[in-house]
Amino acid sequence: MAEHQLPERLSPLEPDYHLGSHGNFEHGVDVILSETRPGSILQLAAWPGEEKRLIEVIRKVTGLALPDGAGGGVSSSARAVFGFAPGKFTVVDEAEGLAAAFAGVITPAIGTLTDLSHGRTAMRIAGPKAEWVMAKFFAIDFALPAFPLGAGRSTNHHDIFAQIQRSGADQFDIYVFRSFARSFWKALCHASEEVGYEVQ
Amino acid sequence: MLITCPYCGPRDVIEFTYQGDGNRERPQPASQNLDAWNAYVYDRLNPAGDHNEIWQHSGGCRAHLRVVRNTLTHEIRSTTFARGGHKAEGRS
Ligand SMILES: [Zn+2]
Repeated sequence: MAEHQLPERLSPLEPDYHLGSHGNFEHGVDVILSETRPGSILQLAAWPGEEKRLIEVIRKVTGLALPDGAGGGVSSSARAVFGFAPGKFTVVDEAEGLAAAFAGVITPAIGTLTDLSHGRTAMRIAGPKAEWVMAKFFAIDFALPAFPLGAGRSTNHHDIFAQIQRSGADQFDIYVFRSFARSFWKALCHASEEVGYEVQ
Repeated sequence: MLITCPYCGPRDVIEFTYQGDGNRERPQPASQNLDAWNAYVYDRLNPAGDHNEIWQHSGGCRAHLRVVRNTLTHEIRSTTFARGGHKAEGRS
């Protein structure tokens, strides 16, 4: 299906995406902000009692083994998966076409697949002050013991719903509605000014 | 006020939406028992103390929850998923 051409995707952050260092960075840049632009963002949901089968499907298709427990997740350099609600998972791939890989494997008896690749925007915050900046937005515990590596969280910032995955010890990936993404991005930049930030 | 979502853990009440009294018993849709419908729509215990409630974690995992909240102290005594293990009442 390599000949199947999808329309080129434009970044909603574009008018406010300014590469380089900003804010109070004279003493160093303490967070790096970026848009990760994954090709595929999917939401998978298992019918009650079918969670284990869905987790097995995810492992077969992506090679990622979900750990047990609410909000558990795992990521590799190209792919990520995490639970964001009971029986529901967000699956992300750097490449386009992940929905096609799942189609037919997630049978109607197991659950549903929703392709949100064009509906969400993914931003990454990384650096020694990432937890600090995130804690200004969301009323959840970002400390590593409470929010382990790979884990996902569903929360919101002033009605902008956000799914957050810890993709590194000091790195978080944030998924927000595309229509709110630029507003959230600007807020993220403002909140990062005090620690000094670089947009990459 | 913190509500401990069984999926997400403790979260601020701002993430939740109140879905009403958890004691309501909804009549069968075809029921023509007007007293039962009247009780479902209007009768509330309004206790000063522990109260069964339905909440939705609308700003988080979006699960519907059964919550026991003390109306005098706002202490949350328990939270469980509304789905499963409960008689079909309230909204779930
Ligand atoms: Zn929740």
